Amino acid sequence: MEHLDHLAKQQWLIPLLPLVAAGIQSLLPRGKRKLSAGICLLAMGGACALALRAFFATLGHHGDEPVRAVWNFTWFAFGNTSLDMGFILDPLTAGMAAMVSFVGFWIFVNATGYMHDDENFTRFFCFLSLFAAAMLGMVISNNLLLMFMCWELVGLCSYLLIGFWYFKPSAAAAMKKAFITTRVGDVGFFIGILLLYWKTGTLNLYTPDGTGALQQEAIAKLITEPYFWGLTVAGFIALMLFIGAMGKSAQFPLHVWLPDAMEGPTPVSALIHAATMVAAGVFMVGRMFPVFTASSADWVMDFVMWVGCITAVFSATIAVAQFDIKRVLAYSTCSQLGFMVMALGAGGLSAGQFHLLTHAFFKALLFLGSGCVIIGTHHEQDMRKMGGLKKYMPITFWCYFIGYLALSGFPLTAGFFSKDEVLLQTFYKNKLVWGLATFAAFLTAFYMTRQMYMVFAGMWRGGDHGRGHGHDDHGHGHHGGHEPHEVPWNMWLPIAVLSVFALLMGWLGTPWLKGNLFHHYVAPHEEAPHHSNLVLWLSIGVGLIGIFLGWLIYGRNTMVRATDADPLQAKLGGLFTALNRKWYVDEIYEATIIRLTMACGTLFRVFDKLVIDGVLHAIAGLTKALSQVCRWIGDELLINGGFDASCEGVRGSGSLLSKLQSGKVQNYFAFLSVGTIILVVVYFFKQ
Amino acid sequence: MICGNHILSWMTFVPLIGAALIGVAGKSSARLIALATSLVSLACAVAVWAGFDPGAGLQFEERFQWISILNIDYHLGVDGLSVTMVLLTAIITPLALLAHWNQDRDEKLFFFLFLLLQTGMFGVFTALNFFHWFIFWELGLIPMFFLIKIWGAEDRTYASFKFFIYTLAGSIGMLLAFSFLYFATGTFDMVELRQLATSGELKAKVAEFVVGLNERTGLGLTAAGFTTALFWGTFLGLAIKVPLWPFHTWLPDAHTQAPTGGSMVLAAILLKMGVYGFLRIVLPIFPAQITDNIQILMGLSVASIVLGAFAALAQTDFKRLVAYSSVNHMGYAMLGIFATAAVAGPEYFDEKSAALGGAMLQMFNHGISSAALFFMVGCIYERTHTRNLAEFGGLRKIMPIYAGILGVSMFSSLGLPGLNGFVGEFMVFKGVFPISLFWACLSMIGLVVTGVFLLSMMQKVCFENLNEKWKSLPDLNCREIFIGAVLMFFMFALGVYPSPLLDASNSAVKGLVGLF
Repeated sequence: MEHLDHLAKQQWLIPLLPLVAAGIQSLLPRGKRKLSAGICLLAMGGACALALRAFFATLGHHGDEPVRAVWNFTWFAFGNTSLDMGFILDPLTAGMAAMVSFVGFWIFVNATGYMHDDENFTRFFCFLSLFAAAMLGMVISNNLLLMFMCWELVGLCSYLLIGFWYFKPSAAAAMKKAFITTRVGDVGFFIGILLLYWKTGTLNLYTPDGTGALQQEAIAKLITEPYFWGLTVAGFIALMLFIGAMGKSAQFPLHVWLPDAMEGPTPVSALIHAATMVAAGVFMVGRMFPVFTASSADWVMDFVMWVGCITAVFSATIAVAQFDIKRVLAYSTCSQLGFMVMALGAGGLSAGQFHLLTHAFFKALLFLGSGCVIIGTHHEQDMRKMGGLKKYMPITFWCYFIGYLALSGFPLTAGFFSKDEVLLQTFYKNKLVWGLATFAAFLTAFYMTRQMYMVFAGMWRGGDHGRGHGHDDHGHGHHGGHEPHEVPWNMWLPIAVLSVFALLMGWLGTPWLKGNLFHHYVAPHEEAPHHSNLVLWLSIGVGLIGIFLGWLIYGRNTMVRATDADPLQAKLGGLFTALNRKWYVDEIYEATIIRLTMACGTLFRVFDKLVIDGVLHAIAGLTKALSQVCRWIGDELLINGGFDASCEGVRGSGSLLSKLQSGKVQNYFAFLSVGTIILVVVYFFKQ
Repeated sequence: MICGNHILSWMTFVPLIGAALIGVAGKSSARLIALATSLVSLACAVAVWAGFDPGAGLQFEERFQWISILNIDYHLGVDGLSVTMVLLTAIITPLALLAHWNQDRDEKLFFFLFLLLQTGMFGVFTALNFFHWFIFWELGLIPMFFLIKIWGAEDRTYASFKFFIYTLAGSIGMLLAFSFLYFATGTFDMVELRQLATSGELKAKVAEFVVGLNERTGLGLTAAGFTTALFWGTFLGLAIKVPLWPFHTWLPDAHTQAPTGGSMVLAAILLKMGVYGFLRIVLPIFPAQITDNIQILMGLSVASIVLGAFAALAQTDFKRLVAYSSVNHMGYAMLGIFATAAVAGPEYFDEKSAALGGAMLQMFNHGISSAALFFMVGCIYERTHTRNLAEFGGLRKIMPIYAGILGVSMFSSLGLPGLNGFVGEFMVFKGVFPISLFWACLSMIGLVVTGVFLLSMMQKVCFENLNEKWKSLPDLNCREIFIGAVLMFFMFALGVYPSPLLDASNSAVKGLVGLF
């Protein structure tokens, strides 16, 4: 353990390296492309090495002691107390940090190819490094506030990278949408933080002396007190934190930003919107799992499970009817995140985290693969205008094929094992959820098969008509012919590496080899669900049926022309349109929440102008009128009223003035100051 | 030390000397004199900051009899409440002067007024006697009136009058309240008044005074009612300055019409004078009255946050939008301040300290970020002569440095962690949340809407398609980058390491919290 303590103290070096890289790049001139990419890869490689060192140190521990080391420090003091923060090293962190830095490194490599011709190459790598720093910071933090801060920073990087091609109005809208939608969730997260801080007096998750917010003492305190909506305090905190996770991990109904986030360059989609950032919500729930499971009387876990389940099915249906290669993957990401959340809600920390890790590899693979396709087809994203790419891009095809098998849950691939764990977990918790999840698994296999056939099978449909070269102003230059071509090595090598993991990684979490290794590593005290043949065979079965059905509809007769109607459209009719339009969720939000917000804005703007300023102007007008009256009376009496009146006036005012001479010094001062002010006012009014 | 024991006086009056020098010097040297004097003041302020002992109370005190017959002392000093504001004033003023480095119309008068303004601002933050505190308070008003009136934009006459009359009208309430307090206690000294209030003597003296007043006038006032009236009188004067909803409508007009440096100073410092007044005067002298009306006061703060954000959302004028963001941000500070008084007793001591400390941090942070935002608006207005958001777009393409600084300032204002705005807001919420769950949750609507209007602003100015009209706009020059860089330095530094400011104010904060 001493070695672990020592490493925990050095955890902060992991995010520091990419952070420094980002700092250097922000000052690099545009032309220094090679240097920029070099610094970035070096920093990321270093971070990866450090993360792997920490990862291996957490392996191989036995005994009841949880494998955990923390290092805490004080951020600032206030009142009679202080705000402490810290870093942690435990299996959850170590595994996640290793994954983020490793996958991140290969995505960086791929990005050197994808962004090769972009004029803001250095800026891209600056944002990418900053993102890696923030994400790694989030993973290693032993403090909920620090986690939230890094969480917001990854949100910032996501914002910057979605809007990397900011001159496209769609990108400018998507970046804003992503930031604001996740911020809605963040308000929930923020409330959770405040409540936890209030009730436990600390935001550090673990401390050596046992006073951390996730340790026995604090948790025991949290479940004694009933709170809102029939929840204990712990349950309510968990609910609020989960709302934050819903925003970040794109769970229904806060999922709307993720598909639009595909406006960003594809490596960004791979890194941020598939492998790492969107998994942050799942990771956070996993990290805060003791709060979620603190009280068995709370309904929070069921809520989590159902949200995950609904998201998994809902997004899978939408993915069936999309034509943009990246959008299909985006909705599949939503759906897979739903699987992870569902597993957590069913009480399976290790199942959820395992699916997170395997998904990170095969989804990064798929996204990078789609990036290769996009580059290979000269910036084409519409699957209808692809086809036959197997011939032109064999390496990309085979890697993509492995990713496809993994995502579809084809037996013995990574996705198969992890998805099976999720299904098993829900099977014992709630049969309906399990049924729906199995249906989502079927849809996944189906729409991925559809994609494979549309993109790689049949014949090249790109040359059919006036080709959309809309993206060429910012990216890849013109290539000689219109034929697709294979991508350079720095783009295919990363997907080749990732496909090895997508193929083999599942064996870490298989129940067949002397117990589930991953389960034992992450959550040794969690009870593993019993093996069930029904779940296993049904999961294999629906996967194969999905693939078969995909072949039946899209494989037997591949599309010939890009303008051909989707064969599914004829069968589903209006439903297909509804799916294609994403169940009209965006339209509903546009008509309700967004319109309401804008109306409120206009209302209060007008309120200021009319009501508040109206009252002010009325007062001002009244004062002016009064002064006119006074002047009129004064003129009449004093000037036109003749001598007698003047005499009277003088006498009257004399007696009035004598009253003022009371000899009391405070009266003088009062009149003096009021008089001065009035004079000043009159003076300026006259000007 | 060169200035001996009178460093605060030097700091305050050096700008006045500079103003006099400008009066006799030539046209071309006006800006140099102005910058030099404000830098001397900055040096004094830095010396005060360096010599400030966070653990002690009032420091650098200067006190001598001024008008003995009225028992008025010239009394200066800084403590945790004012030292950060002094520093802020000293930092922002030279930057605002630099923003007008190329002022080419009536520059002598312009810089003269600016220095006058600086004296007024330093005076407010250092004076401990209401008599000259009030003089400085009004002194801040007059130069700003002329700055808007002479160098303002198209609606400058309306805006300057509205600003001046409104603030002045508010001050009268405060002046009357203090005059009555003076009649009752015989002192204008804020430190003495605070002591009297804490020991309960103030209540007795006011009661005695009301009895006397009733005898002479036959009005039949009650002591409690009278004190409440005094409280509301003071409140009005300060709330207009802050500004608290619904007394805020002068602000968007004044800000929009003021010249860039004027807006920077107005947002960064003049608004803080109002908040500072609450800390220095209202909390110590009228604690019971705040507690009595706490729901109204917190409600107004939350209204500033939420309604200010909504109103900002609907603006089409770049500068007006930024101005409304000030209403929104000052709301957080006021919420933190009022939370201190929301519950009596020592139970929530740390929460209250967090809220009040956070409010003070928020004051400083808003000073930095609003100055930066107004400066950014000024830069673009200087180039395009329009503030209409619909006419911009895509500026990042031709002005990347501008877009970068605007982006950082925008995120600082939005409260992004890692930048300064977040820490203050977190502290305020950390304190307010346990004390008043309802108002805390309601004000969180503001967190989202603030994000919406700031990001929409960014989108309209920097992203999407470039307006062909502006395709040859030059990016920021070195002077402009320097101003932005200084402000950005504080955004980053305080976002990561807020301790210096929090430590400096902590003992004063604890003292105030201890009053409740």
